Amino acid sequence: MPELTRRPRVALFVTCLVDLHRPTVGFAAIRLLEQAGCQVEVPRAQTCCGQPAYNAGDRATARDLAAGILDAFSGYDYVVAPSGSCAGMISHHFAGLFDNDPQQRARAEALQAKTFELVAFLADVMKVTHVTGMYQGTATYHDSCSGLRELGIKAQPRALLASVAGLTLAEMAEPETCCGFGGTFCVKYPEISTRMVSDKTRDITATGADTLLAGDLGCLLNMAGRLKRENSPIRTRHIAEVLAGMTNDVPPIGEGRG
Amino acid sequence: MTRENILGAIRRGLKRGPLPDDQQLGLRARLAAHPRHLIPARGQLPRPEQVALFLQNVEKEFGTTARVATPADIPAAIADYLAANNLPTDLAIAPHPELEAIDWSLRPLLSLRPGRAQASDQVCLTHGYAAVAETGTLMLPASPHRPTTLNLLGDTAIVVLRASRIVGFMEAAWDLFRAENHDETTGGFMPRNIMWVTGPSRSADIESTLELGAHGPRRLHVVLIDDDSAALKADDDDPAALQ
Amino acid sequence: MLATSPAFKQNVRDALADAGLQKALAFTRPSFAGRRAAAVANLPEFEQLRDVGRDIKNHVLANLDFYLETWAGNVEKSGGQVHWCSTADDARAAVLAICQRVGAKTVTKGKSMISEELAINEHLEQHGITPVETDLGEYILQLRHEPPSHIIAPAFHLNREDWEESFRKSHTDLAEDRVFTDRRDILTEARRKLREQFLAADVGITGANFLIAETGSSVIVTNEGNGDLTQTLPKVHIVLASIEKVVPTLEDACTFLRLLARSATGQDMSVYTTFSTGARRPDDLDGPGEYHVVLIDNGRTNMIGTEFQDMLRCIRCAACMNHCPVYFTVGGHSYGWVYPGPMGSVLTPGLIGVDKAGHLPNASTFCGKCESVCPVKIPLPKLMRHWREREFERHLTPQTVRTNLALWAWFARRPAAYRFATRIAAWTLGFLGRKRGKFHALPFAGGWTDGRDLPAPEGDTFFARYARQQRNAQP
Repeated sequence: MPELTRRPRVALFVTCLVDLHRPTVGFAAIRLLEQAGCQVEVPRAQTCCGQPAYNAGDRATARDLAAGILDAFSGYDYVVAPSGSCAGMISHHFAGLFDNDPQQRARAEALQAKTFELVAFLADVMKVTHVTGMYQGTATYHDSCSGLRELGIKAQPRALLASVAGLTLAEMAEPETCCGFGGTFCVKYPEISTRMVSDKTRDITATGADTLLAGDLGCLLNMAGRLKRENSPIRTRHIAEVLAGMTNDVPPIGEGRG
Repeated sequence: MTRENILGAIRRGLKRGPLPDDQQLGLRARLAAHPRHLIPARGQLPRPEQVALFLQNVEKEFGTTARVATPADIPAAIADYLAANNLPTDLAIAPHPELEAIDWSLRPLLSLRPGRAQASDQVCLTHGYAAVAETGTLMLPASPHRPTTLNLLGDTAIVVLRASRIVGFMEAAWDLFRAENHDETTGGFMPRNIMWVTGPSRSADIESTLELGAHGPRRLHVVLIDDDSAALKADDDDPAALQ
Repeated sequence: MLATSPAFKQNVRDALADAGLQKALAFTRPSFAGRRAAAVANLPEFEQLRDVGRDIKNHVLANLDFYLETWAGNVEKSGGQVHWCSTADDARAAVLAICQRVGAKTVTKGKSMISEELAINEHLEQHGITPVETDLGEYILQLRHEPPSHIIAPAFHLNREDWEESFRKSHTDLAEDRVFTDRRDILTEARRKLREQFLAADVGITGANFLIAETGSSVIVTNEGNGDLTQTLPKVHIVLASIEKVVPTLEDACTFLRLLARSATGQDMSVYTTFSTGARRPDDLDGPGEYHVVLIDNGRTNMIGTEFQDMLRCIRCAACMNHCPVYFTVGGHSYGWVYPGPMGSVLTPGLIGVDKAGHLPNASTFCGKCESVCPVKIPLPKLMRHWREREFERHLTPQTVRTNLALWAWFARRPAAYRFATRIAAWTLGFLGRKRGKFHALPFAGGWTDGRDLPAPEGDTFFARYARQQRNAQP
């Protein structure tokens, strides 16, 4: 990618879960990207990356949704999503959906090359080493699977969390083990999923941390839901909320205002 | 015919007929050249370290080792080993020329029975053809001089090995074997059986916990004849070099 | 083997309720992963070797007909016989014919997953021949009439008490006061009993980890030595091998040996790696008088040339299941056929049909751990997804799933309608959950809320808030 002399234009891929469930993560992403010197835009014509259809074996629907994203996101320097799972879908699977359409495939490959997960983008592309967020507490960080294994996100979130004033990181026993979310897996095989997330919350609890962080809302809803079911006092947040210093804007995931 | 069914199904899957002659020629050339792939660096150490690595690996895999200067020292080394472990002195022994050349009479308490092993044998002694430093593995090809049962039936297996026969990695042992062997029956170089042995028999099938001596020997003892002066040198200099 | 894969969900419930199984799973889980990690850390070239292994297997598969013919020619040159078998029936018949010709009464067996595929034991028993499994794990399972739950540690789901109970029941010559206070006692008893069997057997059957085209050899890799006793002591050695086991040369085998034990048990090398080539030579003092290889397709050629061909690279090391969080939650028997874990979730639908094994590729979170440890880099999640695509195309996906997916897709294709619908959903759920911030139960959400609360959304969608913000920012 050529060196840019102006501020990079970044399209935010909000993700359907952030849009529906936790808008604050989207605004935190915008703040972090702007602080890093990006000009952020949010294309209107976005819904979902298509992963639910793709992983259900419905390639046709996945392809349709991908085509919509190609149209909406092609004119930017970068596309950034506050989710390793959605960013991984776009950057590792889109081109394969257009195996029989060389023109679309070429467009998808171009989009793949400029699509990043938020924290990796900040650290690797924008070379951010410090954030302005402050957080009093001890956090443990769960490595979500797609971000970790498809995108190699491991050091970046830890590096940026280390720059959050007041925050101490306590690693859990198996931060790389899946939390049992798995998209529709968690409702198709709830007994397996529940056992997996229980193993995860056991590891989280054992750290003594008061806060659980991760970079994917799906995993976070799953883990927060289980922690709440166990009446755990551990607070769950998306890492972007902490990095952007927006933890006063919204209660932790699964906690009320009242 | 089933053979043709299977080959036909493979070819249909690969969307082609039988391979054209020129491609077959290329594959035959690959077979004839049998190229080596990536060889780990630890298999390519200087000679003295290779021998030390072999011994270290045998011990890591729960084997034991003893070093002797010449074949003449073997009876004493074996008698000492058996006594130290409270083992019987009746041995089934491979009818191998190198073992037969040893003067066993110096240790009259050792009772040797050349031949294959029997079910009642407690201690078996065989001859190591070669060994691999990379993994601490003994190469034991079957032959009339080296019956396979000696590797398996005894509770204790003792292998006499010359240090000069230790190679860095398995591919080098295969090269040695290809160069030195011809099988009259088949026209090839492979005997009926080659066992590569790395430590004594074991199993973790009971509660995922390792126990030695599952069906084969519980003890594997290697008596190394230091017939390789190149291997001895640095070992005297600095035995800790490998750590 | 009769597949219980269609009953996967019930199998899972049974497994989760099985305290002994859960104890064994929890005990074993850390050691599998830890041992591999330690072995890999000790070999800096391991990652590169994975690429080499993948490439060799791809080369073999692209030329499989050539290498099989070359291998078979060399088996025959070394005095062995190859029995080409398209189906499990063919293979059972071939094994039985050999056993009957030599008048076999008992047959010892080394561990072989393909023999489970063929259900060879049942077939021999029906014809008056007694098969004896000699791998310790397989032996106890045979006494208990259970299938293996793992491809290299078949009985790790059992605890010490299970072993003792089975021995007391089956070893009728066992003294009543015989104690089994530790694992050593169990091992000693099994060794005693099986030694008798090794010596009495007329035929020995083993599997094969590899077939070597260059020499016509078969290779088995074991730690116990049972495979070697099985093939050395009887009059006849029968090897059961599937077609994808062939590799070109001894050097190619060396690469796989570096990958196999490290991936499987975390050993640098298994204790016994044995290359067998033909029958006993005229001057040999021991070894079998006949050497046969029953070469089996049983559905594998159907995968060649399809998106599932990569699966045929598998060397059966079990690393995928050893690192699979789903496997360690439900155990191997839940998968309902011979091959459990991620490799089974891809292979089983290929061999018994996705209509029967459809749950298997669906019961994965696609966490990707399996692919990351596979020694031949099989893209297991991708292949499981391909099975989901086959199911979707064939309308095997449950109707409710299809309907929900279609409804969701209708909205997702139309951003404006989607904005509207999500806004209502977010607002409703946000409003209902604003106090507690979570739901303990919700209609139609039992799959989620049976085991966890559902966190409530903030209340408005991102896009609604963002639009408002943009409007307010306008001068």
